[in-house]
Amino acid sequence: MLDILNLEKQFGGIKAVDNVNLHVKEHEIHAIIGPNGAGKTTLISQVAGELMPDAGQIRFMGRDITFMRPAQRARKGLARSFQITSVMLPMTLLENVSMAVQSRKGHSFRFWHAAANDRELIDEAVMALDAVGLSNRANRVAKEVSHGEHRQLEIAMAIAMEPRLLLLDEPMAGMGQEESMELVAVLNEIKKHKTILLIEHDMDAVFSLADQISVLVYGKIIATGGKDEIRANPEVQQAYLGES
Amino acid sequence: MNSCLPRTLSGIVYTGVIVVLALMPVFVQLSGQIFYLDIFSRIMILAIAALSLNLLIGYGGMISLGHAAFLGIGAYCVGIPVYYEIYNGWIHLALAIVACGVFALVTGAISLRTKGVYFIMITLAFAQMVYFTFVSLEEYGGDDGLVIELRSEFGSWLDLEDNIALYYTIFGVLLLSLFFVHRLVHARFGRVILGSKFNERRMQSLGFETYRYRLVCYVISGIMCGIAGLFLGNFTSFISPEMMDWTRSGELIFMVILGGTGVLFGPVVGAGVFILLEVWLPQIITFINGLGLGAKLPHELWHLIFGVTLIAVVLFGRGGIHGLLTRKKRP
Repeated sequence: MLDILNLEKQFGGIKAVDNVNLHVKEHEIHAIIGPNGAGKTTLISQVAGELMPDAGQIRFMGRDITFMRPAQRARKGLARSFQITSVMLPMTLLENVSMAVQSRKGHSFRFWHAAANDRELIDEAVMALDAVGLSNRANRVAKEVSHGEHRQLEIAMAIAMEPRLLLLDEPMAGMGQEESMELVAVLNEIKKHKTILLIEHDMDAVFSLADQISVLVYGKIIATGGKDEIRANPEVQQAYLGES
Repeated sequence: MNSCLPRTLSGIVYTGVIVVLALMPVFVQLSGQIFYLDIFSRIMILAIAALSLNLLIGYGGMISLGHAAFLGIGAYCVGIPVYYEIYNGWIHLALAIVACGVFALVTGAISLRTKGVYFIMITLAFAQMVYFTFVSLEEYGGDDGLVIELRSEFGSWLDLEDNIALYYTIFGVLLLSLFFVHRLVHARFGRVILGSKFNERRMQSLGFETYRYRLVCYVISGIMCGIAGLFLGNFTSFISPEMMDWTRSGELIFMVILGGTGVLFGPVVGAGVFILLEVWLPQIITFINGLGLGAKLPHELWHLIFGVTLIAVVLFGRGGIHGLLTRKKRP
């Protein structure tokens, strides 16, 4: 579904992403793990289209999307969540998620009918909020809810886009143990009918969710495989798992 | 919840403003203070212009310092045809819409590629280009301007030469503009504009081509301001490039901020307070001097008081006058 071929990105003298090849198959959760500064976010930003690669190609559903704008990719079915919560803070949770639904319903050059009473938007937005367990907070302003709820909102917005592929950039970042567990349960539910490329620090979460794991160290993928394969890989143990 | 009566302080004030505007000609007739018909016509015209600017600043987060250009272009869309003895108002209106729409499309397409202070500067630069273009048009009076001998003719049912008819026409256009902006900002389009102001990057990652929506918003705003300009030309019966001077654009921004950015009714109150202060402050100084209290106040002092008042409202009433009206009492 998503194929990353020989991707390169250099910042100054540092190769943040160095000849990366990655293949995500339909209906799998593919996790990318790696120490801080390994280039995980650089990689996902290139997949989402916010950063242009220096070389290489990104193919999605068989099409070359390397030079598409982020908004174009989003409409093709590529949704991302942000590591650092990025939502419309002065809007309510419902409005935030409605925006994601609205984006999917064709163009928004509609000047007359109030979006707030638009069942076409609200019903699906409520469903997405429900899926992450936020429906009782729907009318709260995003600025006023907790960090954990922001993280849930990020996921709700991403799934409300009904994407073919979800890019989740550290969805558990800054969450407590309990909140993380809840989110893992939510993602396990989503996983049944979605393909996910997951970047995550929380090892427990990764090992309980992922079908495939790639390990990124200094911009290079040093191993890709199933959970057991990755656990057993001596290189990975030395570079990453062994430290923690 | 089945009452239409306003229940908040701001709601009551805004309804009051509409009532005052609606009844002003009656007051003028009764009191003979013809002067106020002029003042309030001007307020309403500038309110329409500020309303269109609020669409950019308040809802879209696009701070344009060149909005008076549209006011000027709209006015010249009356002035130049009248110079050639074309008095048909519908032609003037069509010209204003097309000219402002095209100008907004071209300058917006370029300006909206920039952000923040660069956007401010580039819109200012475009407006100054228009300003100097009209200054250099000797045929149309250059910087001396152009006298509009007859006002736009929209048909026998409407005689704009009658100041009261002109007043109510402007009033009607103001109400329509308010209604239009209200619908616009609550529709899907408005949501996208508002969302892009709050977090453009996120809107793009949701799949919105924010640039296109902003450009359309810029064009709508420009056309609205052009229509205000059309009435400004008709109202003053004299137009000059001074109408689109950058200080005019600054005044429009001030009206928006004074009333409360991103508030539907803000620009109307902002324009009203701005113009009334401009009218009343010199009168107050003349009055105080007339009391013969010894030392005479310099007449120009009103500029200082004016400036201080505006700064005070912006500083202490965060969110402008609307902010003052809706401020919650501290427990």
